[in-house]
Order: sequence, then structure tokens, then C-alpha cells
Amino acid sequence: MASLSFILRRILQMIPTILFILVVTFVLVRLLPGDPATVMLGDRGREADIARINAQLGLDKPLVVQFLYFIANVFSGNLGNSIALRVPVTTLLVERLPVTLLLTGMAAAIAVIFSVPLGFWAALRQNRASDTIIRGTFQVGLSMPVFYVGLLLLIFFGAHLHWFPIGGYGHGFGDHLYHLFLPAVTLALSLSAVLMRNLRSAILNVIDAEYVDFARSKGLRGYVILVRHVLRNAVISTVTLFGLQVGVLLGGAVITETVFAIPGAGRLMIDSIYGRDYPVIQGLTISLAIVVSLIFLATDLLQAWLDPRIMR
Amino acid sequence: MAETAPVLKVRGLTTTFETAQGRVTAVDNVDLDVFSGEVLGLVGESGSGKSVTLRSLIRLIHAPGRVTGTVEWEGRNLVDLPDPALRRVRGGEIAMIFQEPMTALNPILPIRVQIDENLRAHTTMDAAQRRKRMLELMDIVGIPAAARRLEEYPHQYSGGMRQRAMIAIALASSPRLLLADEPTTALDVTIQDQILNLILDLREEFSMSVVLVTHDLGVVASTCDRVAVMYAGRIVETTSVHDIFARPHHAYTRGLIGSVPRGGSERTMLMSIEGTPPSLAHMPRGCSFNPRCTFATDKCASSVPHLEHIEPEHTVACFHHEAVARAGVSQ
Amino acid sequence: MSDIATSQPDGDAGRKKGRRISISFATGIVILIVSLILAFFPSAFAPYDPNVFDYNAILQAPSSAHLFGTDNFGRDMFSRVIHAYTLDMQIAVFATIVPAIVGTLIGAFVGYVGGITESVFGRIVDATITFPFLVLVIAIVSVLGPGLINMYIAVGIIDWVFYGRLTLGEIKVQKRLDYAAAGQVMGYRPSRIIFRHLLPNSMTPALVYWMTDMALCILLGSSLGYLGLGAQPPAAEWGVLIADGKNFMTSAWWISVFPGIAIVITGLGFSLLGDGITELLRTK
Repeated sequence: MASLSFILRRILQMIPTILFILVVTFVLVRLLPGDPATVMLGDRGREADIARINAQLGLDKPLVVQFLYFIANVFSGNLGNSIALRVPVTTLLVERLPVTLLLTGMAAAIAVIFSVPLGFWAALRQNRASDTIIRGTFQVGLSMPVFYVGLLLLIFFGAHLHWFPIGGYGHGFGDHLYHLFLPAVTLALSLSAVLMRNLRSAILNVIDAEYVDFARSKGLRGYVILVRHVLRNAVISTVTLFGLQVGVLLGGAVITETVFAIPGAGRLMIDSIYGRDYPVIQGLTISLAIVVSLIFLATDLLQAWLDPRIMR
Repeated sequence: MAETAPVLKVRGLTTTFETAQGRVTAVDNVDLDVFSGEVLGLVGESGSGKSVTLRSLIRLIHAPGRVTGTVEWEGRNLVDLPDPALRRVRGGEIAMIFQEPMTALNPILPIRVQIDENLRAHTTMDAAQRRKRMLELMDIVGIPAAARRLEEYPHQYSGGMRQRAMIAIALASSPRLLLADEPTTALDVTIQDQILNLILDLREEFSMSVVLVTHDLGVVASTCDRVAVMYAGRIVETTSVHDIFARPHHAYTRGLIGSVPRGGSERTMLMSIEGTPPSLAHMPRGCSFNPRCTFATDKCASSVPHLEHIEPEHTVACFHHEAVARAGVSQ
Repeated sequence: MSDIATSQPDGDAGRKKGRRISISFATGIVILIVSLILAFFPSAFAPYDPNVFDYNAILQAPSSAHLFGTDNFGRDMFSRVIHAYTLDMQIAVFATIVPAIVGTLIGAFVGYVGGITESVFGRIVDATITFPFLVLVIAIVSVLGPGLINMYIAVGIIDWVFYGRLTLGEIKVQKRLDYAAAGQVMGYRPSRIIFRHLLPNSMTPALVYWMTDMALCILLGSSLGYLGLGAQPPAAEWGVLIADGKNFMTSAWWISVFPGIAIVITGLGFSLLGDGITELLRTK
């Protein structure tokens, strides 16, 4: 019961967030300098064309009316049409967003697979050589821009060793995974650094806790103590951090997709910016923000499941 | 009460920590005997090393710490027992309870899991048997509505109930020795008595011995059979609970007894001990109590007195124990 | 920006006693001092003019004449990397200084007033962290048009929120302490209580975060430069230099690799400095 009402409350909290996302996106596109139609058509735009595009975008109506139209359209799944590609934005999103989600999902999985054991290892070898090396390496990783990491991996493992394709998305699911491997590693690097660092300090905070001593005094096996008592408690804060990092990950995906020529939402975003395709930019911004808030929801629920004290 | 052969025989137990300031000796050459079925009180001020001593018995010491000496338990020396064998002793034969159940219980696991993991580690019971045993244990320690409360988390329990739950967890595999580290200090006075009585009842029921660490002489008087007094990492006196109050032979014990107001007696001056306990990193030479001791002589500042038997069941580490005994408790 | 972890304390750092400056902190300081010197006086260290073409020295591998080699126009990469310090250090400072100050002040104000203002601010924070930072910056830059000034504006629109949140949290702690209440009892004006008493004691997290933020902004600036949305060629900026070299990666790796190393070292310097300050303040 308590958990059900917690979940419901948490879902209701998303409503103002999503409204705010819509307001920001709306304001962003409409209030910042530069009339979209003029910008789109350039200085060569004829009066009639500008009026046509303005009408198409609903820009000839009062702002409040525009906003209401906008909201109504968004909720009926109508995000307008791409100016450059002349297809509905939703069609583009359905086509491109899954690619980006697969990429970030793989990156997140790789980051977790690397950071959890390494964070553990570093914490248990606190201040010894291996701890220092692991932390130093990740600190360097944290200072590397995504596009640079991507370029280096691409050249070395792709062009030089021919282990992986030098870009693209491939055909069929297995081929997708193969094509996305290097990009996912690229994205995973800084996330693993952040997670590793957080987990290490969380473990060091937990490992001296009295309940760990109590568990040891019960004669439990070492791995039971580490997994059930140390890791489960330590990972709670890491889960929150992971949720917060998903936004960073999606931002990184924009760059990674550009570097590796992957036809995902990020690549679409950059193309739309070059092409001044406002409806697409708007649609992408909204849907990526909604993805992030869904991930927040998921990590909050996961955290509540891990830590029953939260659910009250 | 006490039989001839102790169940736990501790000799020369020493626990050191390497720190940036050099080696610190938290437990210094401690000898202790625990006899079958008795409650042994380990008494001292905070920082006297009594908790570390208790933890050292089952090597529950954190990383830079090192335990040496012998802890003889059922023919084995726990100090150099290999880890797998030590795990069978911990929880299965010797269990421990802590001062603050709120921090000693894992906050994110239901009580059921925390009892169950103990049963899984030390018994061959199947799921149904373990379930039955868990309900039984909750009943034994006096937690009502056991089936529902098993599924609850520590934060849903009251302070007293939490301590009962911790005892249920510790006793799950019927240990023969219970190490209790200030089990009532964090509780309200009324609940303290309940918990102490529970521990005494359980001692009968499980026919186990108890080592009770406390700084509260009231607790000692009402629960212990024998007492060992610790000061600055060393045992300074061991004797029966009666003698410790009636005829203390160590100046520190005398000061400790004298600093407790006792009901029923004439109005007497409360004695207090001048000064503060030494820091472990800067121990005085000789008897570590000598700078605070009114009986101290030059000898006390130069050599360390060792525990010696002055009676079959009374040992004391003091050069001037006769003078201390003559001085008596209340002037 | 949204990188919370980098400003988080390490669990063991507090245990190191004494006020000795750690090796990593010292390294951070040295890196930043060197970076600043290079940023202010690039010509003193660069052997060539960074923008002069030399068609007799195209795509030359690193040598004693050209430490980092040359690009496809024969420009000396060492000189270009050195000259880029000016622009990239500028990005670190210019992009962050306004949001840092404004955000800290707003956080202090919100923390002092509390109530509805605080819950409104809380909503703004929630919503802001919901937008992927880079996506939002790119979206704003796309509206404003490419270029560094527009990037500063885009960062400023979002970034102040993070400073505000950090300062708000700290102010709330400080407000519970007695001296703030004492100030109120004595009838001081709110501005005096905020500026004289609360703020000086609450700026630490924002200050530490500023270091992290500058490192992140160098990464962001170079990323936008790489995408063609930040500094515009032929300006020497590390991201732009890497983008210039990306088509020659297999034949002339040095064009892209060395600017990247400069980014990593500078970013590392800021991070180490931030960690060092955290540690220093904790042992105090």
C-alpha cells in the first residue's frame, strides 16, 4: 500500500515537470531573437513565403493561443512537420530515437559493468597502488572530451586494427550492436569515471558501518557481506547519480553520433541545426527531456526499492 | 557458579593499530577467563579498550589493527584460526550484540533477512524450518506479532524492539557465548531493565555464557557474576561482583566504585578520580593509572604491575593493593 | 554543470590529517599557472605564427622544427595549440563567471527568503536538470546562431541554476546557526545579513563547483567548436583544431591528437584544483 501510493505520488510529480519542459521549449523557439521563418528562408525569403511558414508554424496567432495549440498538438502526438525533410516530426522521432536509446543503453550497461567492480576494487585497496592507478586513469578519462575519445577509438580500433566498423549503424540487431560498440564505449568512459568515483567513496563510507561489523560477527561469507550489506547500501547514492548522469549521456550521444556517423536522434539534431529545422529541434528537445524525466522516475523507484526508508 | 575449566581462556591478548602517529596499543596483554553459564562484566571508562577487547576475541577488528595472543575456545585458538573455521565460530558458537541497534541493523533489509542469513550460515534447516525457528526466536525475545514484524525494517521498530530484534538475530544459531557491547546504553532506563532481564533469561534458556561490556556499575551489580575492570587497555582487577563493590583492591576500581552514588547507605562523600584517562598514543610509563592515583609511589611510575592472584578468584594488578583494600570504599 | 559527482568529496579524503598540500593539488596549481601564462603570452612560447600557411611544410610529422608537426596548410601545430590556450581559458572563465555570481546570489536570496520562492526555485531546478545540458545548449545556440558569445549566453541561461542550488543548500544550513538569528534580532537589514554573514560562509560549494564547471566548459567549448557551433575557424581553439585534423587522422594523426592532450591536461588541472580546495577546506 505504502509503496503504491509512493509510486502514484512520484508519477504525479512528473506532470509539472513535463509542463515546464513544454513551456521552456515553447519559449525557446518563439521568444529568442530571430523570426524562425526569416531565419529559415534567409534574407532571400519572399513576403509570401514567410507568411506561409509563419501560418504553418502557427506563428501568426497570439502567444497564448499559440501555446494552447502547441500543448494540444503535443498531446495528440503532433509535433509538426520537418521543414527540411517534409515528413512529420513524430515519424522522424520514431525512426531515430530508438537508435539513440540503444546507444545510450549500451553505454550505460558498459559503464556499470566497468565501474562497479573497479569501484569495489579501488575501495578495498584504498590508497594502495592499484587504487591510485584506477582513480588516476578515470580522472584522465573524465577530462577527455567525448568527440576526442571517439576519434581516437575510431582511428585505432576501426581504421587501424579493423576490429570494428568506422561508423554507420548496420542492418539487423546483431549488426547494430556491433556498429554501436565503439560509440558506446566512447560514451561510457566518462560515465564510468563518475560512477566509479562515487561508488568508491560510498563503499568507503559504508564499509566501516556497524551493521557490516554485525554481519561479520554473524559469520557470513565474505562475498555475502560485500554484496548484501556493503554494495546494496553503497549503491543507493550511485543510483541517484546515475539518473542525473543520463542527461549528460544523451548530450554525449549527440556528439558521438556525429563522430561515428550514426543515424540517431543526436545526428538528426545537429543536421536540423545546420538546416534550421525548428520543428525537429523542438520535437527532439521535448522528447529527450521526457526520456530523461522517465529515467529519473525509474531511478527514483529503484532507489526506493533499494532503500525502504524512502517509501513513506 | 563457576566451574573449574573456563570455556573461554584469553592469554596475552594484545591489539595494536598502526597509525600516522605510530603504533597504538588499544588492548595490552589481557588475560581473561569466562566460565560456563556465567555473566562476566567488562567494566571501564570509555576509551579503556573494553569494546576493542570484546571485538578482538572474534577478530572483529578493522584493517590497520592487529590481534596477537591466544583466545582459547573449545580447543582452538581463535587468534590464528583460518577464516572459514572462524566464520563457523562467529555467529554459530560465539555471537555478538552491539550498543546501538539503529546502526548495527542493516537499514535496508527486513529483519527476516537479517535473521535468516544467520540460520543459513550455521544450520542445515530448510526454508520451512527456518521460518518456524524465526517465529520462535521473535517470540523468545518478546516481539509480538512476529509474522508481520519479520517483514518490517529496523526503522519501523521502537528502540527497545530493535534491541530485541538484534538479540534474536544474534541468538538465531544458539551460540554458547554472547558478547554484549553496552547493549543497554542507548535505551531508556525502563527498557534497559527489560533487555538485561531478557539477556539473563536467555542465558538460562540457551545455557550460554555472557561477556557484558558496560561502563554502568548499576548494570554490573544487577546482572554480572564476575567483573573484570579495564583501564587504559589493561585489566587491572578481576573478582566476583560482590567483592568488587565490597573490597576493591585496585585504586582505580576503588575510585570507580566510589564515584557511584549508592541507595540505602548512609550519606557519604562521593569519591571522584582526578584527571582524565591517558590517550593511547601517550601512555605514561609504569602503571598507566599512576598519574591519577593517590596511592602511587616511585615504583608505580617506573615498572608495570602484573595481574596476580591475591585470592583464588581475585586478581589485581597493583603494587599497593593492600593499602587500597585497607582504605576501604567509603570513608 | 550537471556533473554532480566531480564535486563530491571522496570518502577517505577527510582522514588525511595535517594541512600539507597533496601532490595532486600541487599538480593542479602548477597546471593552471602554466595554462594562464600560456593564455596571456602565447607569442612568447609559440615558435611560429599560428595562422601563417607554409606550403613547403605541409602535413609534416612531429620533428625538432615542428614539435607537434604541421597541418594541411603547413601551419605549426605546436604554435596553434599554444595560441588556443588564450581562447580556451577564456571560454572556461567567460562562460562560467556570470552564472557563478548570479547563481550564487540568487541561491543566497532564495535561501534567505525561503517559503514559496524556495519551492518555485525547486521546480526550476527539477526541470532544468531534466534537460540534457548539452542538448539544451545546442538548441539555444541553434536559435541564437553559432559562435562563442552565443555559447556563453546559452550556458548562462542554464548554468546559474546549479550554483543557486548549491548555495541554497548551504545557506539553509547556515540559517539554522545562531548568528543569523542573532542578526535578525538585532534588526540588521536582510542585505547585510546575507552579504556580511550568510554568504561568506556559504560560498564554498559554489567555489569548488566553479573549478569543476570551468573544466566542463572547456570540454563543452571544444565540443561545440568541433561541431562547428562554437569558436569559428580559423580561430585557434582546441575543438576546432581537432575537427580540422579529423579527416587526416589516418595519415597525420598529430593534427588532432595534440590539441586533445592539451584539453585533457587543462581539464585535469581544474579538477585537481577543485578536489584540492575541497580537501583543504575539510581538514581546516
